[in-house]
Amino acid sequence: MLGFAHLFASRLVKALAILIAIVVMNFFLVHAAPGDPAMVMAGEAGAADEKFVEQLRQQFGLDRPLHEQLATYVGKIAQGDLGFSYRQQRPVWDILAERLPATLILTLTAFLLALAAGVALGTLAAITVGTWADSAITVVALLAYATPIYWIGLMMSLLFSIQLGWLPAFGYETIGAGYTGLAHAADVAAHLILPVITLALFYMAGYARLTRASMLEVRGQDFVKTAKAKGLSQSHIVTRHVLRNAILPVITVAGIQAGQLVGGSILIETVFAWPGIGRLAFEAVLQRDYQVLLGIFLVTSVMVILFNILTDILYGLVDPRIQAAR
Amino acid sequence: MLKLSSSSGDFWKAFARNKGAVFGLVILAGILVLAAFASVLFPGDPWDMATAPFQPPLSEGSPLGSDMLGRDIAAGIAHGARVSLLIGLTSTAAALAIGVTLGALAGFHGGRVDDAIMRFTELFQTIPNFVLAVVLVAIFTPSLTTIVAAIAIVSWPPLARLARAEFMSLRTREFVQAAITTGQSNTTIILRQILPNSLSPIIVSASLMVATAILLESSLSFLGLGDPNAMSWGYMIGAARTVIRQAWWMSFFPGLAIVLTVLALNLVGEGLNDALNPKLARSRG
Repeated sequence: MLGFAHLFASRLVKALAILIAIVVMNFFLVHAAPGDPAMVMAGEAGAADEKFVEQLRQQFGLDRPLHEQLATYVGKIAQGDLGFSYRQQRPVWDILAERLPATLILTLTAFLLALAAGVALGTLAAITVGTWADSAITVVALLAYATPIYWIGLMMSLLFSIQLGWLPAFGYETIGAGYTGLAHAADVAAHLILPVITLALFYMAGYARLTRASMLEVRGQDFVKTAKAKGLSQSHIVTRHVLRNAILPVITVAGIQAGQLVGGSILIETVFAWPGIGRLAFEAVLQRDYQVLLGIFLVTSVMVILFNILTDILYGLVDPRIQAAR
Repeated sequence: MLKLSSSSGDFWKAFARNKGAVFGLVILAGILVLAAFASVLFPGDPWDMATAPFQPPLSEGSPLGSDMLGRDIAAGIAHGARVSLLIGLTSTAAALAIGVTLGALAGFHGGRVDDAIMRFTELFQTIPNFVLAVVLVAIFTPSLTTIVAAIAIVSWPPLARLARAEFMSLRTREFVQAAITTGQSNTTIILRQILPNSLSPIIVSASLMVATAILLESSLSFLGLGDPNAMSWGYMIGAARTVIRQAWWMSFFPGLAIVLTVLALNLVGEGLNDALNPKLARSRG
């Protein structure tokens, strides 16, 4: 248990260092951007009113040396002040907090689905290696890997909502339906199906390929032969011996790809009008609302760090040796 | 250059054994031809109105239909191929320059230099890379240069890790030790001794990275962050998204072009992997 606490603490320190680096990066992005930093923060040049820009200059001490400005900026972020969106006339953090739950539901569900389905398909391909099922899974994985996710999303909504009418094409819930309780949850779940599957598909393909390769490698090792010699059943060997070892690199890669998954939510939420951070990013791009965009960059980075901690915990659950070793 | 295969004949034999790779190479050649002859096949500006708006595929004068402003979809795809390939290649070259340089320095020097570079790499691997690309292109205003730079900045870390691992293992080999003993400078050793020997895995990764870069570019232009003067596949899909109910072809065909290009590049990358790393290929599956 102590080992786990230690691992967790060192993880937190690392996470904090990464966060500080990102805040500093945000600061320099604003300053490196073409034009006056105050104008950049206010949004597209010329659109903001002079008074507000002047106020920003004062607030961030834009006439003082760069390192003092940096200190002011980091201090503000540390207090949870991510700036003010001139376009929306609201603090950036309020806007983000309102959108965060929808994105968390979407990305977390997609992440778990991609892992579960990817490992299941990869295992199936590895057991049936060389047969049509194996080839089919390989081909699907190859295609999913080559297809832009926003296009898959569009084609899925074209097929399943516009042509077949099975699932809602966009949004978070049926507007004006006034569902409550279970009916509301079912309504949201129906809206969630297409975006989650679209987002998960790409990663699922990767995890399936990786699980297949990893299982084929583990299968030839001595301890598996021992298990066979002991007369254990095929299913027991596959689940307890081969899969449990083969899954470790998959979890590692899943942790590394968490960042891409969160980034992919920008595209998915844009396609399906899912009212989360990703959709907000698209709107912020259209309006050139840089304060909001930089806030999104920071918040999504925090999400990635949390996903990484989640995969660490998963890793520890699957492989108890990790805890003992540290 | 490619020491793992003794001659180019062996290389082609190994490459051709992978049927998928040959298939990919054929598609890729087709796309290259399309890009090269875009202005011969489809003269005129792809942004100009060519026919009536909302023409379905197979209608007179527009084999793949026209978009909501009467622009020819086929012409857009042909001209978009140029942009996709150009951005894919240049941003990969830029990512190679950053990644291999950092990875080589880290792997060759080890110690503190390695620590510092790997921390930096880790930072860039944690950052949600597409979000960073969006932020970079939005803030520095979309143009071919900013798009290429943004894609390179978010995609170099895997190359750095790969180059580092190669340099670390090659550094301890006798021929490198011999070069150190004969007093060659670090730069010479890195460029003349180690780099040529670590090229094959780097070439394979780079070929796969061109595919990723094309996907990234299309995603950026789908969000409206493409170069406003360059017709691109992602832009076509993004612009036609709102009328998908009435006109599926406007977003279907450009998407198909992306899938084929990226698939072809991935297949070729796998074929290169089989041909350049024969040991790895045989131990697989």
